[in-house]
Amino acid sequence: MNAHLQPTGSAYFIATETAKAERHTLSVLVDNEPGVLARVIGLFSGRGYNIESLTVSETEHEAHLSRITIVTSGTPVVLEQIKAQLERIVPVHRVVDLTVRARELGQERPIEREVALVKVVGEGEHRAEVLRLADAFHAKVIDATVGHFIFELTGKSSKIDQFLAIVKPLGLAEVCRTGIAAMNRGSQGM
Amino acid sequence: MTGTENQMTGAEIVLKALKDNGVEHIFGYPGGAVLPIYDEIFQQDDIQHILVRHEQGAGHAAEGYARSTGKVGVMLVTSGPGATNAVTPLQDALMDSVPLVCITGQVPTTLIGSDAFQECDTVGITRPCTKHNWLVKDVNELARVIHEAFRVAQTGRPGPVVIDIPKDVQFATGTYEPPSDYIEQKSYQPKIQGDLKKIQAAVELMASARRPVFYTGGGVVNAGPEATKLLREIIELTDFPITSTLMGLGCYPASGKNWLGMLGMHGSYEANMAMHDCDVMICVGARFDDRITGRLNAFSPNSKKIHIDVDPSSINKNVRVDIGITGDAASVLEDMVRLWRALPKKPAKTELSDWWSDIARWRARNSFAYTPSQDVIMPQYAIQRLYEHSKGRDTYITTEVGQHQMWAAQFFGFEQPLHWLTSGGLGTMGYGLPAALGVQVAHPDALVIDIAGDASIQMCIQEMSTAIQYGLPVKIFILNNQYMGMVRQWQQLLHGNRLSNSYTEAMPDFVKLAEAYGAVGMYCDNPRELDDKIAEMIEVKRPVIFDCRVANLANCFPMIPSGKAHNEMLLPDEATDEAVANAIDAKGRQLV
Repeated sequence: MNAHLQPTGSAYFIATETAKAERHTLSVLVDNEPGVLARVIGLFSGRGYNIESLTVSETEHEAHLSRITIVTSGTPVVLEQIKAQLERIVPVHRVVDLTVRARELGQERPIEREVALVKVVGEGEHRAEVLRLADAFHAKVIDATVGHFIFELTGKSSKIDQFLAIVKPLGLAEVCRTGIAAMNRGSQGM
Repeated sequence: MTGTENQMTGAEIVLKALKDNGVEHIFGYPGGAVLPIYDEIFQQDDIQHILVRHEQGAGHAAEGYARSTGKVGVMLVTSGPGATNAVTPLQDALMDSVPLVCITGQVPTTLIGSDAFQECDTVGITRPCTKHNWLVKDVNELARVIHEAFRVAQTGRPGPVVIDIPKDVQFATGTYEPPSDYIEQKSYQPKIQGDLKKIQAAVELMASARRPVFYTGGGVVNAGPEATKLLREIIELTDFPITSTLMGLGCYPASGKNWLGMLGMHGSYEANMAMHDCDVMICVGARFDDRITGRLNAFSPNSKKIHIDVDPSSINKNVRVDIGITGDAASVLEDMVRLWRALPKKPAKTELSDWWSDIARWRARNSFAYTPSQDVIMPQYAIQRLYEHSKGRDTYITTEVGQHQMWAAQFFGFEQPLHWLTSGGLGTMGYGLPAALGVQVAHPDALVIDIAGDASIQMCIQEMSTAIQYGLPVKIFILNNQYMGMVRQWQQLLHGNRLSNSYTEAMPDFVKLAEAYGAVGMYCDNPRELDDKIAEMIEVKRPVIFDCRVANLANCFPMIPSGKAHNEMLLPDEATDEAVANAIDAKGRQLV
């Protein structure tokens, strides 16, 4: 089904892929045991799936559960296959396609947020301009000297992209982003 | 649980856990990092260890053992090269869904990551070629992990697992917990029962069919003897025609009246035409592999498809189906038989008479035909004679990979499951001999024949020594054409008959080779002598290498050339040199 990845001179029948790729966010609940992240990532690289963003941390310490949030893209058939393949991994408890769930709930997409740390270096009037912009984006100053600021910014990825684009000419020196944390709206749990 | 009788070393725990999981034989090769376990093996009699000559052989032997018994195969190898040599059989078992537990030694925990002698990242290397794997760093976890390994290997879609045990853990003392007490990993709970609503819908769709076909695979074998019985029952009830993949041969008997023969690239014309023209396809335990489907966008274009598989990821992977039922083949077939019987109005069998007459017409095409010869042994003829001589015996056939494998599948009739062992998914040359040893260990009195090619057999020929050591009277029947026949066939089809490196110029004298190992060597190049020599081979109660010289340039037909559909098969009587050269157009050449 990875027809878009046509290798030349492959030893197999290959159909042309016509379906359009979509971007989906998956939540994967796993046992927090050694190697579990390698199993998930290895599945994606081994089967030629895309990872656009990956976030992982333990979420339930007592139960030794971690939640992995993956943003991936593929045709609907590939996305269905990704979910099925993830569910085959022994320490995987549940896989929810948050994008599909959001649509079922009549929403466009799940809630997706990202945290960025942004270091801006500069002097003089640039500093005032940077601070003004940061304020407009609700970015917090968490470290500063006369020569730099470090901002903490939370929001949708598009908002962070936008902030970075604007501060780039004003002395953007370093960026660190967490990747996406996501969940569906409403009272229902995963 | 806390009594001193449950306190033992890691190595003792390994043996105890294997015994408690019903293991009687393990296949392995010792080395530094597994010596404590080998020391325990030495001091007990319940489990017999079969010493192979290469770890790959241990893996295939364990596969043969597993696939001919329905039990879990067990292999034991050392760290580093022992583990890396196990990779090929692990991937082979993964692709063919064979339950395998592979125990690997590892350097002591304190040395892991230091590039120690014979260290490798075994769990890292085997992660993609196992169903699951474990590195056990705490001796108190060892018993639980081994019990869980057996559960994971044999439940759901069976597959290989690896347990990597550092040497210090083998020496350390810990608590043993029996299989009855251990706690399962909650996240792994395969679904066995199918959704009844979907099964009902499937039965109704089947009842409306006028051109139905059953397409079955290795999943029926894996689901046990009950699944085979139920499959035969549903065929009897419905009178539908049935074909099978390479892996599923034997579930429906080759002598059965509804049998179409194997399907796929080298399958029968009637099987492939029935797949192409059917209106309802019932796939049980097969996975729409690319060697089966041919060109996907021309695959069975006008049929409704039902797919029963224990692995949900197999459903809708390559081919979209109309009704996908996740469940064990035996469980779903049981429901299917019951619901079919309960149908208020069953279709009259006469409604299938047009379909059966189409099939009769395709059958008459006699797609496995070949030109007989008085002077040279035709490879197909050799298989036919072997089949005739082995009838009425408890015969198990293993194969290597290539033309001989396809001829064996075409010309050997299998009447029951678990008697045909071949490397289908991975296509591992070198599989057949060690697999035959595993079969013979499990069935000491059976006739076990490895149908081999002259190239494949040399990939694990060292296991002859194992056969001699344990008195395993396997018969290696080599269809010797001095070529890598299937490679040559593709070079003829695709690469302008430029036979690049597919001819073996320096062939060993297989008769002398057999004798060098202490086995019996036989030779035949005359069709008139073949029967007597095969009979003689079967009567010998020792391992035999039979060098059967066959027509060098015979090719394997029929064939679905790459880029073609099921109804565009190249049939043997049409396969002139010119037709072969032009069978695959420029576009197909890119695809093959």
